[in-house]
Amino acid sequence: MKLAGWGRYPVADCRLRAPRDADAITAALADGPLIARGAGRAYGDSAMSAANTLEMRHFNRMLAFDPDTGRLEAEAGVLLADIIASFLPRGWFPAVTPGTKFVSLGGMIAADVHGKNHHRDGTFGNFVDWIDVMGAEGQVRRCSRGENPDLFAWTLGGMGLTGVILRAAIRLRPVESGWIRQETRPAPDLDAAMAAFEATGDRTYSVAWLDCLARGRALGRSLLMLGEHALRADLPATLWRDPFGPPATPRGRVPLDLPGITLNRYSVGLFNAVHYRLGARRAGPVFEHWDRFFYPLDGILGWNRIYGRRGFVQFQCALPEPQAHRGLEALLRTVSDAGQGSFLAVLKKFGAETGRFSFPMPGYTLSLDFPVSTRTLRLMDQLDQITLDHGGRFYLAKDARMSAATLHASDDRADAFARMRRQAGHAGGFASMQSERLGL
Amino acid sequence: MSGGGAVLVLGGRSDIGLAVAHAFAARGHPVQLAARDPASLDPEKRDIELRHRVSVTLHEFDALAVETHEGFVGALPEIPAIAVCAVGLLGDDQADLEHDPAAARAVMRTNYEGPANVLGILANRFEARGSGTLIGISSVAGDRGRATNYIYGSAKAGFTAYLSGLRNRLAGKGVHVLTVLPGFVATKMTEGKDLSPRLTTDPVTLAEAVVRASDSGRNILYYKRIWALVMLVIRNIPEAVFKRTRI
Repeated sequence: MKLAGWGRYPVADCRLRAPRDADAITAALADGPLIARGAGRAYGDSAMSAANTLEMRHFNRMLAFDPDTGRLEAEAGVLLADIIASFLPRGWFPAVTPGTKFVSLGGMIAADVHGKNHHRDGTFGNFVDWIDVMGAEGQVRRCSRGENPDLFAWTLGGMGLTGVILRAAIRLRPVESGWIRQETRPAPDLDAAMAAFEATGDRTYSVAWLDCLARGRALGRSLLMLGEHALRADLPATLWRDPFGPPATPRGRVPLDLPGITLNRYSVGLFNAVHYRLGARRAGPVFEHWDRFFYPLDGILGWNRIYGRRGFVQFQCALPEPQAHRGLEALLRTVSDAGQGSFLAVLKKFGAETGRFSFPMPGYTLSLDFPVSTRTLRLMDQLDQITLDHGGRFYLAKDARMSAATLHASDDRADAFARMRRQAGHAGGFASMQSERLGL
Repeated sequence: MSGGGAVLVLGGRSDIGLAVAHAFAARGHPVQLAARDPASLDPEKRDIELRHRVSVTLHEFDALAVETHEGFVGALPEIPAIAVCAVGLLGDDQADLEHDPAAARAVMRTNYEGPANVLGILANRFEARGSGTLIGISSVAGDRGRATNYIYGSAKAGFTAYLSGLRNRLAGKGVHVLTVLPGFVATKMTEGKDLSPRLTTDPVTLAEAVVRASDSGRNILYYKRIWALVMLVIRNIPEAVFKRTRI
């Protein structure tokens, strides 16, 4: 059947099966290299294999929860949304969460996702205690920091290429409420935005929305959003009765593919300018519902359809601290000059590097969305080059079109990863369209 | 979580049965899962308990062993507030069933005799108590016999008629009967079949609709809703024409 990632590009005819037990996965291994697919929220072809894609949605049971430590054991297909729905009312929240809750546990581990608290807490992998991984011969190994530590380390951020993640134990964080004390700080340019990040390193959550069509002195104009889990004592009286707030409810759905022209430099430019002014006017602290703070786009089901039928690609790079400023400036100027405004542009300061093949590095990460066209694909090649020139690297969970040469030039860990895959026998059992494209 | 009385799910291993169990548990109802070899449902029990903080009990139940049904109901820890029958068997290809009377009988008995028998026993208990909701998962296939699945369809037709009769009998006695008529549902039963996405739902969405229909006291639920229209058309095609169609 026709399959694509969240960006709906590329689309490929894939043999897709949804095994119901481990035996069915073992049987599928006999049909050649496979890739496990969680909720399909990687943007490109990370979880696609023309010959052998396994959808893990039937592996969706929660196995155990320790209310004293917040440790949850669950199967890999469990959705983050379900974890929150079950455990937030008991005072527990994911220790690290990506920008959507419609991801699977296995997918979060495979991409070793990060969140708005990366500068303090690192990646999701820091809160994984163990993983059960099925290898190429069908054997299931429990791996952790103490047991099969190599397999554990490579599986975090290993994009499903070290085996099929079946189950995992993760640690949640205790929270007193479902509300986020949010503060918005407008930053009129890139210098101000970066200075604001530097000045707020002690905050739990920080992320900046960026107007990437702003030019000249306004280049890098952004709204920095800061957040803390509200304590009960912080909450206004109106929220006391129900400190965890109402459950997440979608506010709407994009019912059809919008015409590709919907997002053009004028509409995006107008949106960005209005969004910045409104945000700047509302600056200051407010109590925001967790769903709106962490997952603003989840409220609009199928938002990926606003980019039209041809889909969209996301560009996300990380730039090392010393070269981040010059690199970001060059990236933003190139985007702004091309007039290819990105509807969603996000800037975030990263903390220390963790994991053997995980994406984040100390410095800054920038992510941009573009509707697919020959022009935008050409623009992204330029952005790749700028990233390489400044010592940066790329996020595989977002990638749909990078070349193998670019990946290997950006990250010498890629060679080590590919070598490990061959030596450990993973290469024969697991492959995705992305791993083949990138020579992993 | 609103709390509430226990929900018995007959056919607790089926995709639809489990999804309905989750949907009721999410509203705070304790769950009784009934199926053959119930011990193998331990992971499901734990999953429901962990997610929804309700208690789940497992019960041996064989829809075809009709002589055991009275004892099965008597042995339940409590007579449930709501009973859902999600027992069903599509069987092999219809063409094979046509030449295998034993297999055809199993389809007929599993889709009609077993479900009707156990719901009949529960209906008497509910009637004596003066409250309760009986939910039968039947099928649009019972709305008209078609060459491609009339063995399954005829049993479902019987079950649909049985539910309609129960509803008529129990109206005014405090007991409500909900007939669920799913169209295509992506489940184990339909795996590998080429179903039109427009007409197909998934068990979780269906289960949500069932719980809402149960809450609101609906009598008949077609799902997806478009099936009400589809079946209205199919039921009204004159037999002289219908017999020559292949749908």
